[in-house]
Amino acid sequence: MAEFKLKIRRYDPETGAAPYWDEHTVELEPHRSVLEGILQARNEKDGSIGVRCSCRSAICGSCGVRVNGKPGLACHTHLDDALASAGEDGVIEVEPMGNMPIIKDLIVDMDAVHWKKIQRVTPWLIGKEPVPEREYIVSRESMIDVTQSMACIQCGACVSDCLSMEVDPLFVGPAALAKSYRFVGDPRDAAHEQRLKDLGEDKHGIYDCTHCFKCIEACPKGVAPMNQIMRLRRIAGNDFHIKDRNNGERHEAAFVKNIEKNGILHEADLLPDSYGGKFHPRAVPELISSLPIVMTALLRRKMTPAKALLHPHEAPEGVKRIFEVVEGRDQRNEFNLYISGTDADNEGTAEVAELIEAAEPAGVAPDGTEGSSA
Amino acid sequence: MKVAYWPGCVSRGFTSELHGSMAAVAPMLNIELVELDRANCCGAGVIAEHSQELADTLNARTFALAQQEITQGADLMMNICSTCQGAQSECQQRLDASAEYRAQVNETLSDEGLEYQDGIINKNFLWVLVEDIGLDKLKTLVRNPLTDLRVGPFYGCYIVRPTDRLDINRAQPRDEYLDQVIEALGGTVIDYAGSHKCCGFPIITMNKEASLEQAGRHLADAVDAEADCLVTPCPLCHLNLDLQQPMAAKQVKRELNMPVLHLPQLVGLALGLSPEDLGLQHHIVKPTAVIDWSQAVVGGVGGW
Repeated sequence: MAEFKLKIRRYDPETGAAPYWDEHTVELEPHRSVLEGILQARNEKDGSIGVRCSCRSAICGSCGVRVNGKPGLACHTHLDDALASAGEDGVIEVEPMGNMPIIKDLIVDMDAVHWKKIQRVTPWLIGKEPVPEREYIVSRESMIDVTQSMACIQCGACVSDCLSMEVDPLFVGPAALAKSYRFVGDPRDAAHEQRLKDLGEDKHGIYDCTHCFKCIEACPKGVAPMNQIMRLRRIAGNDFHIKDRNNGERHEAAFVKNIEKNGILHEADLLPDSYGGKFHPRAVPELISSLPIVMTALLRRKMTPAKALLHPHEAPEGVKRIFEVVEGRDQRNEFNLYISGTDADNEGTAEVAELIEAAEPAGVAPDGTEGSSA
Repeated sequence: MKVAYWPGCVSRGFTSELHGSMAAVAPMLNIELVELDRANCCGAGVIAEHSQELADTLNARTFALAQQEITQGADLMMNICSTCQGAQSECQQRLDASAEYRAQVNETLSDEGLEYQDGIINKNFLWVLVEDIGLDKLKTLVRNPLTDLRVGPFYGCYIVRPTDRLDINRAQPRDEYLDQVIEALGGTVIDYAGSHKCCGFPIITMNKEASLEQAGRHLADAVDAEADCLVTPCPLCHLNLDLQQPMAAKQVKRELNMPVLHLPQLVGLALGLSPEDLGLQHHIVKPTAVIDWSQAVVGGVGGW
C-alpha cells in the first residue's frame, strides 16, 4: 500500500460557484488505477465527487478524464504512472475532459460535441447491391485496416484535446471522422463517394483538421484518428477526384505539382494555385485581402518581387524520376504499419505468416481494395 | 561538429531570415553546415496525404544524400524546421520498419545511384543544441544574456507529437527543450496556454477563420502573459504567427503586436550578434520589445 495525493477539479454549474481544486489522500497499491483512487476518495472522504464509470477495464469508455493535463481513461492509468507524470509536488491532477460542457465535476456532456457528430457521419454499413447469396468476400488486409478505427470505445479523449475543435466547435472531429473511415475503408460499403463528398464539402469536415497529432497522442486504444482523416483525404482526392469547395483537394494537388516542378516549395505559387490559380475568381478576393501583408513583406525585404515571380529552383532529375515512377503506378503502394508491424515485431512470426498465406487464396480482393505492400 | 544540413523550403523562401540567421549562428557554436542543396521538400504532411510512398521516397532521397555526407565525416543530419522534423520522422519510421518496403523505395532511388540505409539520425537544431552541444556549453558562449527578456516558447506540433515516434520521454524531454534553451540564454520563460498547440497554418487555405483564430488566440494568450516575444523552431508556425499576424489580430479583434523570433535568431542575440545580422528587420511584426532590450545591451542597431 502507498499513499497518493489526488487533486480533483470540482465544479457544479447549478450552484453558480466557480470551479475549485479539492485534494484528497488515498491509500492503494501503486498498480491500482486513478479511477480506484477517485472512487476511494468519493466513498471514504466526500460522497459528492461526480465521476462516471462502468466497466473499470478500459472497454466501456465512460471514465475519460484528464490526468496531469493529458486525456485518457481513469481506469487505464496506473497510480504510479500518474505519479511519475505529476508535477514536482507529487500531486496527481484529475480534471474533466476539454472541449465539452461540464455536467458536474469530472462528468462532461458528450452529446453535442461527440454523439451528435458520430450520428452525423452515418455510422452504419450501407451494403452493396445485389446482396450476395452468402457472405461478402473481402481481403484480409482491408479488414485488419478497419479494425484500427473499430477499436474506438467512444471515450472522447481525442475530442477533448482536438485543437481544431477548440476554435471551431462545429468541426466534425477526430472520433467521428475515424468512424467514417471505418466505413470508407470497408470494401463492403456502397457509399464511399457520397460519404467523402459530404465530408469534403462540409467546411467543418475532413479539411478542417490541422494535423496537430493531438488525437493520436490522446487515444488510449491506438485508433490514431488523424491517420484515418488523412486516409479519407487521400481517397477523396485521388480515387474520387472530389473537388471540394474548401480547396482541400486543390491545395493538395497544387502542393504536389509545386514540388514536382521545383523540387522545393515555391510558396508564391502555392497560395493562388490552392484557390484554383492566380486568375481564378476564387483566388482574386483572397489575393486582394492579402495585399497589405504582401506590401509589408516587400517593404521589409522579406521577399523580393523577383523571388516571388521567378522560379529560381528547378526539380533535380532524381526528383522528377521519383514522381514519374511512384505516380505512374497502377495501384497505390501503401505500407501500413498497423497491418504489417515492424521487422522487429515480426521476428519469429514469419513461419506463422507463411502458414496463413498458404491457407489463403492469393491476389487482391475482387473489388480492388488496397492492401498492404507486403 | 559537422552536420549534413537540411534547411527546408520555407527557410529559403518566405522566411529567408531563418536560413541567414542559422548560417550566422553556426560558426559561433562550432557547427559546420554542409548544405544538402540537391535535396527536396519533405512534403510537410501534404504529399503523404496524397501518396505515402511518394513522401517516403522523396525523404529517403534526402536521407540518402545526407548519408553520403555522413560517410564523409558529418556527425548527423540537422534540420531547422519542426515540420521537416515531424514529416521526415514519420517517413523514417515506415522506412526503418521494414527491409522489404525499404528495398522497394530504394529501387526507385537506384536510378539516381542513391540508397537509404535504415537508422539515420536526423535532428532539429533545437535537439542538437541540447543534446549535442549541451546547455552548459551554450551558457559559456552567451555574451549578452537575455536578462529580463520574457520569452514564450512556441514549439510547433510536428516537433512534440507523437511522443513515441519522436523519442520524447522523461529521460529525453524534447518537449521542454525550448524552455531549457531560453533559460540557458538567460531569458525568462513565459508559461502560456498556446506553447504546444497548433498555429493553424495547415488549414489557412481551407478554413481561414479557424486557422487565424488559432494563431490569434495563442498570440493573445502570450500578450496576456506579458511575453515580450515568442520563439519558434518552425518556419511554418512563423508564417501564421508573424506574416499573418495582422489578419489574426483582425480575426480575434485584438491588438497583438507580438514579435516572433526564429530559434537561431534568439540564440544569435544572446551570442552577441546584432539584430540586423539576424534579419530581424524582415519580420512583419517589428520586434520592438526585443530591439529596445538589445539596444540597452548591445548598443544601437541603426538602419531602421
